[in-house]
Amino acid sequence: MFAGEGDAVDAVVIESLEPLVAGLRAEGYAVVGPVVRERVIRFEEVESADRLARGWTDVQEPGRYRLAEGDAEMVFSFAASPDSAKPYTQPPRQTLLRMRGEHIEEAGQDAPRVALLGLRACDLAAIAVQDRVFLGGRHPDPAYLRRRRALLLIAVNCAVPGGTCFCVSMHTGPKATTGFDLALTELAAPHRFVVETGGERGERIVAALPHRPATAGDLDAAAEVSRGAAERMGRHVDTEGIQERLSAHDSPRWAQVGARCLTCANCTMVCPTCFCSTVEDTTSFTDGTAERIERWDSCFTLGFSEVGGAPVRGSNAGRYRQWLTHKFSTWIDQFGMSGCVGCGRCITWCPVGIDVTEELANLP
Amino acid sequence: MPKLAVWKFASCDGCQLTFLDCEDELLAVAARVEIACFLEASSAPGPGPYDLSLVEGSITTPEDLERIRHVRRVSERLVTIGACATAGGIQALRDFADVKEFAAVVYARPDYIATLDRSTPIAAHVPVDFELRGCPPDRRQLLEVISAFLAGRRPEVPAHSVCVECKARGNACVMVAHGTPCLGPVTQAGCGALCPAFNRGCYGCFGPMESPNHASLNHWMRGLGMSTPELVRIYRTYHATTEPFRRAAEEAQRSGEEFGEEEE
Repeated sequence: MFAGEGDAVDAVVIESLEPLVAGLRAEGYAVVGPVVRERVIRFEEVESADRLARGWTDVQEPGRYRLAEGDAEMVFSFAASPDSAKPYTQPPRQTLLRMRGEHIEEAGQDAPRVALLGLRACDLAAIAVQDRVFLGGRHPDPAYLRRRRALLLIAVNCAVPGGTCFCVSMHTGPKATTGFDLALTELAAPHRFVVETGGERGERIVAALPHRPATAGDLDAAAEVSRGAAERMGRHVDTEGIQERLSAHDSPRWAQVGARCLTCANCTMVCPTCFCSTVEDTTSFTDGTAERIERWDSCFTLGFSEVGGAPVRGSNAGRYRQWLTHKFSTWIDQFGMSGCVGCGRCITWCPVGIDVTEELANLP
Repeated sequence: MPKLAVWKFASCDGCQLTFLDCEDELLAVAARVEIACFLEASSAPGPGPYDLSLVEGSITTPEDLERIRHVRRVSERLVTIGACATAGGIQALRDFADVKEFAAVVYARPDYIATLDRSTPIAAHVPVDFELRGCPPDRRQLLEVISAFLAGRRPEVPAHSVCVECKARGNACVMVAHGTPCLGPVTQAGCGALCPAFNRGCYGCFGPMESPNHASLNHWMRGLGMSTPELVRIYRTYHATTEPFRRAAEEAQRSGEEFGEEEE
């Protein structure tokens, strides 16, 4: 149904991203890729490959992110951006219904054609998690499916993992093996990209680009990039027996992390798999209509667990425990897979640097 | 048609201006309610009682104490708008000092000044049906509250952190990315994360969020280089006497002593 489910074809080499960007735009895709904005690598629509964050890298640690100068030639020498694919699969805010008097109509939800350029293996794994959540149950979400089908996924194999990365522990990376239309590995001296295709759509795109077959030397160099990245993970999680460890609901560790946790919800907002939302009903002065809006919510808000006028999880510790336990343990019971893909965003973007890998390591 | 009144107490008028700034919606509002009393907009106040009163400003004079009781008596519903009416406002800084001393320094004839020792929110004196935060409140939220009261429903005004709105808006965290101290994690949403969207830290003008953890945030902001007086100052602005922010400033003073810092 989606990319990455067809047979792989032989890899090719391209020397520039410009024909790719131009070709996708000519096909009606908005190309969204990594750029530098306000000293952070962000994903934004680009009109040309020149706009990409070439020459930059990042330094990530718990609660701290800094942009730094990198190899001037390289386009993708950084780790996870605060942006994942989530805003494109699950928009932060969307109108579900409009009402005027007794008349109710479903809002037509946009499904724009977007090519996401520069997703990492962890991001692809996160999309697979969201696919399971939104499409895998008894009530698949048709709007999600429309948006998802309109996305073209171009992965980049990580060369420079961040200080908070642990995809190797979660078995999701650093090499993208499935779930992409195209997967690039950036190589230096001479600067080039090895391109793998993940299905018919990717093949068609590559066929229209100037390219040459990949040599054994290209493929060895690409394999070395992923091998090297796997050895430089900033963080590690021991997933052996993780569900048993997370059943320690009475551990004093929860109170300790609860004392640090701000319950600000940043971790769930930047998490590429956190999918919780709430609905709001609004009435308009100007046109006499009412709307039902779905927007991102978080298990860290009190409203999230409000039942009968009071929150079920009132304490910081209770909310942190709920989030961590769901992400790494009960998610497996619920969906048959872990909710964590090891991207490290929740560690970097926690305003007070709470580190899930440290919390997990310190449970009994 | 329901009658609306807007009242002013000790304040800068910014909240009333926020209402007047609803340019696209103001005519629609006026078509749904009779704006019966609104001196900022019209010098011809209509008689009460009023279905909905919006109250701006804090209580700072003996005359205010009487007038707010009158406003409550003539209002079916009373909603406070803004930090002054809801929390005492910037003028509540007097609570930490001697207001008579201030008056002596500022005025040639301090004996002409009739003022109270403290600046207090409206809810300290009369029952309030809803408190809308912000300095000034957010235009969208103001319309939402008026709209909700007219429709007889609960206003959709979440009490979670600014961070939720900040990330939904697509901002990167200014504290993590730039080391800019930000009160967003302990401050209630509503502004649409306005300051972080312009690379400024949140000033906390919407007051404390539902479960603020100031001790943890203070500890981190010290690591970003903030001193005890700086920490005390950022909490003692718009919501200086609102309980969680009052405690946050006191916590900063206490932990500053533990850090062995000297008070300014």
